[in-house]
Amino acid sequence: MERTGNAPPDDLPVAMVAEGPHGPVIHDINRAAGLAGVQRGARVTDMKALLPDLRIEYADIVGDRRAMEQLMFWVRRWCPWSVQDGVDGLVLDTTGSDHLWGGEAKMLADMEAQFSMLGLTAQIALAPTWGAAWALARYGTVRSICPEGEIPQKLSALSVDALRLNNGTVTLLRRLGLKTIGALADVPRLSLTRRFVKAKLNENPVIRLDQAMGHTAEPVSSPDAAPSFRAHARLPEPIMDPTPFLPDLCADLCDQMEAQGYGCRRLLLTVYHTDGDTHRIEVAMSVHSRDPDHLLYLFRDKLEAINPGYGFDLITLDAAQTEQMEVVQAQLEGGTDEAVDLSRLTDRLTARFGTRAVTRPALRESHIPERAQNWVAALGDTLERTKTTAPDRPIRLLYTPEEVRVLYAVPKGPPVQFIWRRQTHKITRYAGPERIAPEWWHDKPGTRLRDYFKVEDHRGRRFWLYREGLHGDGRGGDPRWFVHGMFA
Amino acid sequence: MGSIGAQKVLSDVFADTAADAAAVGFVLAHLPREAGTVLWAQDRLSEKEAGQPYMPGIGVPQPVMRVNVSRPSDVLVAMEDALRCKAVSAVIGEIWGDPPTLDFTATKRLALRAEANGVPCWLIRRAASPNLSAARNRWRIASLPSAAHPHDAQAPGDPRWQVELFRSRAAQPGIWAVRYDRTTGRLDFSAASVDRAVDTRDGADRQRAAR
Repeated sequence: MERTGNAPPDDLPVAMVAEGPHGPVIHDINRAAGLAGVQRGARVTDMKALLPDLRIEYADIVGDRRAMEQLMFWVRRWCPWSVQDGVDGLVLDTTGSDHLWGGEAKMLADMEAQFSMLGLTAQIALAPTWGAAWALARYGTVRSICPEGEIPQKLSALSVDALRLNNGTVTLLRRLGLKTIGALADVPRLSLTRRFVKAKLNENPVIRLDQAMGHTAEPVSSPDAAPSFRAHARLPEPIMDPTPFLPDLCADLCDQMEAQGYGCRRLLLTVYHTDGDTHRIEVAMSVHSRDPDHLLYLFRDKLEAINPGYGFDLITLDAAQTEQMEVVQAQLEGGTDEAVDLSRLTDRLTARFGTRAVTRPALRESHIPERAQNWVAALGDTLERTKTTAPDRPIRLLYTPEEVRVLYAVPKGPPVQFIWRRQTHKITRYAGPERIAPEWWHDKPGTRLRDYFKVEDHRGRRFWLYREGLHGDGRGGDPRWFVHGMFA
Repeated sequence: MGSIGAQKVLSDVFADTAADAAAVGFVLAHLPREAGTVLWAQDRLSEKEAGQPYMPGIGVPQPVMRVNVSRPSDVLVAMEDALRCKAVSAVIGEIWGDPPTLDFTATKRLALRAEANGVPCWLIRRAASPNLSAARNRWRIASLPSAAHPHDAQAPGDPRWQVELFRSRAAQPGIWAVRYDRTTGRLDFSAASVDRAVDTRDGADRQRAAR
């Protein structure tokens, strides 16, 4: 499927690209690119050599997966059972539903129309078995319908690609001269079984053939949609302050979640003003919770942000990012669990100061000091232990290095003194230089290298200085000096 | 003297100058070895003037959670909230100057909470005057020229600090020269060679020797 909302014209070859182990590879292509010989799974550089004006777009694989998940629930407008089939397919069990849409052909036409209104192109087929529908949707005619009992005729002309086998098995069957499903079905069953006796499901043509022909059952086990939880308070008179209603709403929501064994990580409070305006407040948690007191606490200082206007008469509280949550036994002697305690602290601090204010360090493999440490929101996963590193590093790092004026004896050595924040520091001892070259795969061309010195001034304060660049390195004028950190 | 620093109470640490990381080093040397998150709250001015904690250099075994907020009162709120939490092993706060919110009552709240929960709480103050506070121990820390490097005569070695305990409930106030052994994490308190006149050489002789 391909989004047509801002889709490029059909005659322009376009490829979606994903990161592979050795550089970008082609994730998916459009029709024009396929006709030009671009293949899925090939390297982008190879395909660019084949087709220089191939347009490259980065694939959003996670987003696609999420969209497919939502689509799976959306297609239940036609029938009650649906399930995802691979990364690019949906299977609907329309048994007994088609007469509601005026017959099978009309239902398929309606499906195609509804998908195109979403901006999606869909290839649809209807068949008595999952395997046959899979084959006809991908290799059959447009909106093909296969009545009961006509599966062998409909499938026999299709190539063995249509049997949901992996590439190796398809190549093997081709080499054996079995190019179509019909040819494969004509082979005596005993010899086929003997040849593929130990093969797994996706490389076993016997089982796949049986599934497609309907000899082996392949039911659609339809997953349930996650339940939604909402508590609301309808008010007879407009009020200005939602605070008194919030404890009841939280308790109601938590009761609902507890009844079904769920917890939530996000809460949405919406107030509906009498003049039709709405205002929403969102709070997030680091782990799933259904403790009314804790949820209530997170809203503590946020309600002041609501502008009451003429007052509001409806308050709703929705739980989002719900997930099943086990009931955990509290400690017998009455103590509280430390992990729960910490996550609650994270929630409270984040609710009060924002996601960007409450952070934890994420260490990365980099020699550039400011890249080696990154602060990420503490709300995400649990805090992991920071590992220690060998080289001598300062305990404080200035967010932006501050430029200093220096006096040096030799241009490549350490300075004799430097002036920083209008104070003169005379250097008594130094260690270094430690040369850190720019990371060419991240930095702009022309970035200068850094020579780091650990220096100690006349009062014993220890600084981390660096010189950016060298004399005559052809990347700007004289090298500049910066203070970047402080040692203990 | 190390036992004073290991008490699980509120302690004030006054840094000599803003750019001096000795106070931070002194606090880090006293962090308890037990597991549990360290909460590190900073106000905006402290971060701008004195930098942010740099984990590759600090290398504490405990996980660290950092709260950087703009107002000093928010730092106090975050510290107080963390002191209630059982999973926190130490709380460090950095406040710049003498904000009006940091009065005796605020420090008293921190001190009582720290003692009730048994969590050491350190308040690092820069560009501040040591006015009224309920902190059980109050320190003033400045850098001293470092110890000799074992392999390199011209390189700075283990850090040395001048540590002044100017108010304490549990111990006699005093001044020490402290050497921090980075390999073992030990603090050596030695006799007070506090006469700064001895130490204020400009270091020219060492540099001559190094050349």
